[in-house]
Amino acid sequence: MEFVAQHPILVVSVVKIVVLLILTLTALAYLTWFERKVVAHIQSRWGPYFVGPHGLLQPLADGLKFLFKEDVLPPAADKFIYLLAPFLAFSLALTTLALIPIGPATVHILGQPTRLVIANVDAGLLFLFAITSIGVYGVALAGWSSNSKYSLLGGLRSSAQMISYEVGLTLSVVGVLLLSGTFNLSELVEGQQGRWLHFIPRWHVFPQIVGFFCYFTAAIAETNRVPFDLPEAETELVAGFHTEYSSFKFAMFFMAEYANMITVSCLATILFFGGWLSPLPATWTWTHSIPAATFLLCGVLLLQDAVRRHRGLRQIALCVLSAVLFAVAYACSHPGLIPIIEGPFWFLAKVLFLLFFYVWTRGTLPRLRYDQLMNFGWKVLLPVALANLVVTRYIVLVLNR
Amino acid sequence: MSVELIVFFAFAAIAVAGALALILLREPIHSALALVLVMMSIAVLYLLLGAEFIAAIQIIVYAGAIMVLFVFVIMLLNAGEEERTNLSRLAHYAGIPLGIFLTGELAWFIHGVAGKLLSAHAGAVSTRELSTLLFRSYVFPFEATSILILIAILGAIVLAKKEF
Repeated sequence: MEFVAQHPILVVSVVKIVVLLILTLTALAYLTWFERKVVAHIQSRWGPYFVGPHGLLQPLADGLKFLFKEDVLPPAADKFIYLLAPFLAFSLALTTLALIPIGPATVHILGQPTRLVIANVDAGLLFLFAITSIGVYGVALAGWSSNSKYSLLGGLRSSAQMISYEVGLTLSVVGVLLLSGTFNLSELVEGQQGRWLHFIPRWHVFPQIVGFFCYFTAAIAETNRVPFDLPEAETELVAGFHTEYSSFKFAMFFMAEYANMITVSCLATILFFGGWLSPLPATWTWTHSIPAATFLLCGVLLLQDAVRRHRGLRQIALCVLSAVLFAVAYACSHPGLIPIIEGPFWFLAKVLFLLFFYVWTRGTLPRLRYDQLMNFGWKVLLPVALANLVVTRYIVLVLNR
Repeated sequence: MSVELIVFFAFAAIAVAGALALILLREPIHSALALVLVMMSIAVLYLLLGAEFIAAIQIIVYAGAIMVLFVFVIMLLNAGEEERTNLSRLAHYAGIPLGIFLTGELAWFIHGVAGKLLSAHAGAVSTRELSTLLFRSYVFPFEATSILILIAILGAIVLAKKEF
């Protein structure tokens, strides 16, 4: 305890980093499950179903599979960079999450008060963009160092694409910055408190709807997802930049992609959807029991499903899971915990919705051609983002006069 | 020794090592990556001075944009190992004395103004103060620079677009 008292920031940060890492890695695994399920239901399939009840153990099985596969090192590859690239991609993708604030509450870790964010940096948004801007290296270097035509083409495409869409991404956010006047992510959320007409929340998405669409389109391109997944277009390039990667190095690229999706969705939530703020007016006291009610409802649905459709071990597993959900619901209804849980609950709900939107796009849209992609980025997205910026700036100027 | 001093020396050493690697490595892409390392460690040094904005911009502009273009071009040309010509041999022999001379000159200069430099360290500069300074007091140099960059962009387009 003496060490804790002497270095409070260090110890608290380490605890928060460990918790965030465990949560994120689990979330990454189950995001793959979520994506496969949603895409399957869009295409009238069941998706993963056999490994565990509702395929819930599928991510674990996939992880084990990646671990035990042969790790191939191409003889003509540039060894150092070949090994560096996946680490770079994955660690940069995880680093950005340290800047994301998920709630307003102050919690106590080992007796030290702290906020629900690892690094509350004053220029937080800039640092986030800084880290994502060097995320290109992971993909580009992987493509180059593999010494394979497909990888090189994939790497070239993705670096061109990421450079092009980064301009649109950054410009679309400037409108929000003009409205809020801060780079600090926590202050950005707090600036969106209040209501218009006592009901509509003062989220930046309403005045900045064009900015939001530009941001999200550019973000999908930045994370190399359908319909902008040209770097790994399997019909043309086998698997793009990670063609030569196998085993856990491939898994690292895979996880980096999902971690980037989570970061981008978190940032969209903070910038446009009011972060951890509740969408319903705070004067309605019953809204404080929404987190508990949601978990309770999920638990009831799961229990009903377990009783009706499953037998044997699966039934027991699902019953245990629903019991856990009931326990969480009970904890959420505890009045002392409500202020701590409410912020992260709304934040994660919004992030989950945006992630669903991501997967929805993947299930709906076909892939663009390369020239279409470049034309769209430079000739549509960039001018629209610029026009949005000019109009916003003018309105802010007139209103502030 | 305080934590700040340890961090400073660690990243200063990384910066110097990166700069040496930039010159000594033969493969262009390794050199480019070494330069990225230098940029990043300089950004950390800015952070130590409390200049968050400058540090972030250093990473975004140099490591995230300019060096990505370097790497992109090296990949596109698929450049192999550097070749050694007579001129590079000349640089090899003339470079080391010249480098020592320049370092000595710099050290002598810094030694002369060391006291003033330490007192000028004003602490954290917020982004707001920086932008007020940039867009109020120094707006003319700022706009002049932007016109310069615009001209450079036009020049690049003219050079790249051969047929009119």
